Amino acid sequence: MRHFIILAVLILALTALVYFGLDTIGLLPVSASLQAVTIDWLFDIEIMAISFLFALIIVPLVYSLIVFRRKPGETGDGEYIEGHTKLEITWTLIPLLVVLGLAYLGAWSLGDTLRADPEAMEIKISAFQWGWKFKYPDYGITTTELYLPIDQQVKLVMESSDVIHSFWVPEFRVKQDIIPGQTTELRITPTILGDYKLRCAELCGTEHAYMLADVVVVSEEDLLAWVDAQKALIPDTVGPDPERGEIVVEQNGCIACHSVDGSEGRGPTWLGLFGAEVDLADGTVTLADEAFLIESILDPNATIVAGYPANAMPQFSLTEEEIADILAFIETLQE
Amino acid sequence: MKKFINIGLNRGMVYQLIGTLIGAGFVTGIRALMGLPYWAVDDANFGFTEPAWVAGGLLGAIFFMWGTRVMDGWFLWAKGEEPAEHHADPPGWQKYFEPSLDHKVIGVQYTITSLILLSTGGLFALIFRTELSASNIQFLDPQLYNTLMSLHGILMIVSILLGIAGVMNYLVPLMIGAADMTFPRLNAFSFWLAPPAAILLLGSLALGGFDTGWTGYPPLSARAPVGMQMFFLGVFVAGWSSILGALNLIATVLRLRVKGMTAFRLPIFVWAALATSIISLTATQLIGLSFQMVMLQRLFGMGFFDATQGGNPILFQHLFWFYSHPAVYVFVLPGLGIISELLPVFARKPLFGYKWIAMSSLGIALVGFLVWAHHMFTSGMNEYLRVPFMYSTLLVAVPTGVKFFSWVATLWKGKIETPTPMLFILGGIVVFLLGGLTGPPNATVSTDLHLHDTYFIVGHFHDTMFGGYIFPFFAAIYYWFPKVTGRRMNEKLGKLHFWMMTPSFLVLTLGMMQVGLLGMRRRIADYDAALNFDLTNLILTVAAYLIATAVLIFFYNMYISAKKGEEATGNLWRSRSPEWQTPSPIPAHNYDKPFEVIGEPYDYGLADSPYVKFDE
Repeated sequence: MRHFIILAVLILALTALVYFGLDTIGLLPVSASLQAVTIDWLFDIEIMAISFLFALIIVPLVYSLIVFRRKPGETGDGEYIEGHTKLEITWTLIPLLVVLGLAYLGAWSLGDTLRADPEAMEIKISAFQWGWKFKYPDYGITTTELYLPIDQQVKLVMESSDVIHSFWVPEFRVKQDIIPGQTTELRITPTILGDYKLRCAELCGTEHAYMLADVVVVSEEDLLAWVDAQKALIPDTVGPDPERGEIVVEQNGCIACHSVDGSEGRGPTWLGLFGAEVDLADGTVTLADEAFLIESILDPNATIVAGYPANAMPQFSLTEEEIADILAFIETLQE
Repeated sequence: MKKFINIGLNRGMVYQLIGTLIGAGFVTGIRALMGLPYWAVDDANFGFTEPAWVAGGLLGAIFFMWGTRVMDGWFLWAKGEEPAEHHADPPGWQKYFEPSLDHKVIGVQYTITSLILLSTGGLFALIFRTELSASNIQFLDPQLYNTLMSLHGILMIVSILLGIAGVMNYLVPLMIGAADMTFPRLNAFSFWLAPPAAILLLGSLALGGFDTGWTGYPPLSARAPVGMQMFFLGVFVAGWSSILGALNLIATVLRLRVKGMTAFRLPIFVWAALATSIISLTATQLIGLSFQMVMLQRLFGMGFFDATQGGNPILFQHLFWFYSHPAVYVFVLPGLGIISELLPVFARKPLFGYKWIAMSSLGIALVGFLVWAHHMFTSGMNEYLRVPFMYSTLLVAVPTGVKFFSWVATLWKGKIETPTPMLFILGGIVVFLLGGLTGPPNATVSTDLHLHDTYFIVGHFHDTMFGGYIFPFFAAIYYWFPKVTGRRMNEKLGKLHFWMMTPSFLVLTLGMMQVGLLGMRRRIADYDAALNFDLTNLILTVAAYLIATAVLIFFYNMYISAKKGEEATGNLWRSRSPEWQTPSPIPAHNYDKPFEVIGEPYDYGLADSPYVKFDE
């Protein structure tokens, strides 16, 4: 009996020590969304359960090792105890109830993170090797930074043009893969103003580690001001405009692969490309005129430049005007 | 040269090289005749076209098997002749490099091959762990980083499969009193599939590597370099080895037990081996299938997982995890069996709740088949699948809990001794406990939304693998080394190995979990300096080097002890198990005198209750 009283005391003490110790270290980043609140609530319950179960096994284990160790000079065996059916049933049934309870809480908190606000602002996200593009249908702008209004739910509708990516901002907790061929959704309600980083969480190739984007949570007024500033960036001219082309290629992430300064990239550089002669993978030579460049944008695999892989460039949904702007921009890039 | 080629392993490798060239050349020739491009000018393909490399890789593996002469017995049967009966191998080390039909030799072959792959995979981990010791890129370009990270994963998995096969091959026939496995030729064949598989996997390094992780998710794997195909072939061949080995083991346990060895008088390790083999036999096909489908997608444009052709990338994940989740139970069940097997010996007490522990292994194996989609909570699969898979996943905790409670109860009121094998058993329990307790946060969907694809998972997974496999595997080697060699391993070096590896390992995985919770993703070649993970990562790298040093000490100990360790030919650990009732090393056909089971296996502490009785 004395053994069990000591064990009980030690188990409670170790549970408290582990739980408060972990609490002091601070295990999670700032919780900056409504969805994070319910997730952190479940984390807390789980850390408490983990602390207790850890103590429940470790204390009798270490206690046995000390108290029931073979002392020098001792011979003979331990006590002959083969088992105890009631005890086995107990430690089958109680954990069963615990995990069922945990699963119930898990389902409940999952439901909480999925709670949809019909007024939520929709943002379309395109993920590609290796970058992000954010389209705000309400405002008609496309950007490479994600601005979110505080205390309002946003509905992220996401698609990938090449491989699987995953949307994750640690401070918002929730995560969702982005798959080619179908859209996936994620709902987030940011609760703290500030700068965050969006990081691709699913291994997506060589530059996976650098597939980042800035996320900024702002007030509603600041969001509108930012939208106006984004719109003002686009020149209001008629006909192909190299300045507008430059914005289009930045917004669509083209320059992630095609450099404008002659440096090596995943795709051919644009410096000096317009009007130059290009060696193709099939051994022929072609002139990089307007027709060739338009074909290369619309159907990237129709012709492959020598030294570059096929099936590397995603399909972009660009308007005719945008393509004309891009060509005008490429034309300005001469050595 | 003649001496070199006379060794089975060397012959196999030379044949594999020739087979690869013939296979690749054949396809190249056909392509040339058909007017297809037959020579890859693009240097990403290394000369041969991709179909040529695949044909070469496959034919090379077949040639390896031919070259080692492991199939000669079957060829003779096919010709209507009778191959030579199983004979004792000549003494000396040469027998380990030749096909042998002796399950003990094959067990050692598996174990040594496993240790070689363990070292290779560990070396790769050290290389990329060094890269991660500070933010920014130090010396590895990201593509090579990804390849090494992916190869670390698959080499360790193959190493574990070979390691458990080694221990099971050596022990199960001895424990049930059989002279050998049911199908000795199939047993040799299963082992000899492993070297060409390992060569194919490592060959991917020379063919541009692959940057997908060992999970090989398409569409990324459909775009990776040719190395990807070598990876697929390597896994395919290793999977064959695993399936055939499991088949053989199940047949052995079912058919070759001695008189009186009833189901609940089996040594508990045999139960674990049986549960593991049931999973290997029935699930391994799915990983082979999923990789084969990507292979066909790459070779023939069959768009199974290509959305633009109506395929679905998520389908791959279901097929892949249908094996690859149960696979983790394949990895840990034998280790948990070793823990249950050795605890009574060193606590000098019966195993607490034998039947419960035996049934919990089967329970884990069964529930393990129903949980695969918990790897896909964020994948975009049908949302309504998430909750049922959360329930089934958490159920695994119940049989696992039974094991933990029963182990602690086994120690209670024992007379506990702590030589090196027992230290590794205890270390295994603690580490596996950490792995187990960090599981539920991944199992409950909402918290997993944060944890998925982070370093937390890496820490959790390494805890389960070390606790469930590495620690018990080391314990098994320290424990049964005298059985194999007739000499015991050095205790001082063994304890140094343990006390150096265990704290370092705890620092490593707890540190991984901490940075993971704070936002470090897994499978990244670099991390943002602004996250302040530099110091933790440096500590993790130092811990990794300490683990590597401890394992080097273990290798040195093995080598020195095999040569001039203290002689131990008797029942060194005072075990009741039949293999210890016969002198070490064991003769070719195991037991000179047949025995009969007349009592319970773990009656430590009960006088006059023998387990086995040898015929006079």
